[in-house]
Amino acid sequence: MTLELAIQYLMAGITYGSIYAIVAIGFNIIYNTTGIINFAQGEFVMFGGMIAITLLNFMPLPIAIFLAVAITMVIGALIEICFIRWLKSPSVLRMIIITIGISILSREVAVHIWGESIRSLPYFVGNEITSIPILGARISPQVLWVVLVSALMVLCLGIFFKTTSVGREMRACAANRKAATLCGINTQNMVTLSFILSAGIGALAGCVMSPITYSQYDMGTGLAIKGFTVAILGGLGSSGGAVAAGLLLGIIEAFSVSVVPLAFQDAISIAILLAILFVRPQGLFGSKEAAGLKEY
Amino acid sequence: MKELVSKFLMAVLAISLFVVPGAWAETIKVGAILAVTGGASFLGGPEARTLEMLVDEVNSRGGINGNKIELIIKDSAASPEKAISFAKQLIEEEKVLAIIGPSTSGETMKIKNICEQAKTPLLSCAAAEVIVKPVAAYVFKTPQKDSFAAQKIFMEMNKMGISKIAVLAGNTGFGKAGKGQLLKIAPEFNIEVVETEVYDKKSNDLSAVVAKIKANKDVQAVVNWSIVPAQAIVAKNMRQAGWDVPLFQSHGFGNIKYVEAAGAAAEGIIFPAGRLLIADSLTDDNPQKGLLLEYKKNYEEKYNEPVSTFGGHAYDAFTILMAAIAEGGNDRDKVRAAVEGLTNFAGTGGVFNFSAEDHNGLGLDAFQMMTVKDGKFVAYTGK
Repeated sequence: MTLELAIQYLMAGITYGSIYAIVAIGFNIIYNTTGIINFAQGEFVMFGGMIAITLLNFMPLPIAIFLAVAITMVIGALIEICFIRWLKSPSVLRMIIITIGISILSREVAVHIWGESIRSLPYFVGNEITSIPILGARISPQVLWVVLVSALMVLCLGIFFKTTSVGREMRACAANRKAATLCGINTQNMVTLSFILSAGIGALAGCVMSPITYSQYDMGTGLAIKGFTVAILGGLGSSGGAVAAGLLLGIIEAFSVSVVPLAFQDAISIAILLAILFVRPQGLFGSKEAAGLKEY
Repeated sequence: MKELVSKFLMAVLAISLFVVPGAWAETIKVGAILAVTGGASFLGGPEARTLEMLVDEVNSRGGINGNKIELIIKDSAASPEKAISFAKQLIEEEKVLAIIGPSTSGETMKIKNICEQAKTPLLSCAAAEVIVKPVAAYVFKTPQKDSFAAQKIFMEMNKMGISKIAVLAGNTGFGKAGKGQLLKIAPEFNIEVVETEVYDKKSNDLSAVVAKIKANKDVQAVVNWSIVPAQAIVAKNMRQAGWDVPLFQSHGFGNIKYVEAAGAAAEGIIFPAGRLLIADSLTDDNPQKGLLLEYKKNYEEKYNEPVSTFGGHAYDAFTILMAAIAEGGNDRDKVRAAVEGLTNFAGTGGVFNFSAEDHNGLGLDAFQMMTVKDGKFVAYTGK
């Protein structure tokens, strides 16, 4: 394999990988505050892209993306307030089934609003055929946008959770919900906030990836499966783990093309998921002890 | 209260007895199984809209021989399992005269035997040649044969002096059948396939696989065979990689939305397709010109979106079926025989000449090589 080819694979892998990582972080934020996996996470990504594409008819690109992210955050809040908050006895299983229902509902709503066709945002810089040479390989400038925005999101989330008081309250809620309530933290609001946050980062990811992968009403399911694999691989609840696992999975997928037929790409990620569940259920970067304390 | 309800029900019943239409001699039920949503919605969407438009037209003109046509469209979302259950439902419960669709080759192959055994005519809108080869008495298809598309592409390559190619295909029935045809007939044209790759129909980035085939310096052209949005993605990823070998697509590319999706990367893509896409530039003596322009105008006015060859396949299936019903009435066997006997029947895909051996009825000349120029389809005239 030439260096040029290796770099080309690597860049493709980093592109997929950052998208998977962002979806996985969305899973993690909600998992940390509620202990559930929100299977509608992929739909946030879809909504972000689709809403931005619609708004683009009325306003310039940056404002359209900003508004799309804001609207998706409102959708995230509404979902939590309407479907999760009022549950009398929120068993984990019941909440998971609800999120699956929400995901199906969102898809149906989307197909009614936007129809079945694929759409996309324009490239932020250049057009479909612009490319930048990097060490002999050529990549689209949009790939750099995806990587850059993902990195920024991870950084900002880290700062938010570490330094702000709301961020600390959310982490307290994640560590021990009962204790957090006793300390006077309104855990229900924290849950709503976690839905808003993960809807927002999902929507932003949906906007930056749209020129590369297109947006379609049913794109969420596939993303959710990959994001879930990455979240498990990195250890549920760990943001750093999600980034590492996302990049790892993306790069493995990209390089796998050179050894096995392309059609097996998805089989590889599912095989990794199964292997991890059998061998290291707490994930590559999670600790066994912490995993044992989780409800699910 | 109870009395009031029963009185109300009586009234409804009485009214409904009066409004039963007496104008129609008979209602003829026609089923359609189309992928209106899901991965193949690019096919099923225009097909379903075309059928809805045509059935309204036929009924507003007084139906076929005074009989009303009732169209029942089922959305299979390109799932073979759903197609099977809808086919059974349409045949056994709705007792339809004939079925139009499905949109994809994979679905059609799953219900081919069901229709054959139930002796219900099936007019498929899917392209793979295996649908009508071997011939099943009750199964027809309106899109042009994929072997003819492959031949057209190879003939063009011979002219351009291309002898070593890469083949990419989607993992759908259409992609697999097309890849099979390409590999089978390439030697006849002295063309060697040096790379083949099959990608998932939901693929949304193919830059890794493009990098792989680009690394093979022998490849002089790429043929991509699929019906999914990946067609546009292949084009983008190739041009982004700075690779400018000719890109050929199958007749599955005949929807201007793919061109829009690929943007600047679509320029110069070469593909075979029916003449619907370039109806305006046909000569006046072309037997297809009149109906192509009429269909294009009606469809675009009604739905405010450009026509695609896929809607055209449904148009052909419907008009062929109506011609057959006009001859055979509401009788499955007579309609089947009438379709088989149709000759010189101009449709959007070409001029159909059906026979007992040929249940597609289109020749090699049904295809025209096209290319994309300034975001529009134009006839390809060579370099």
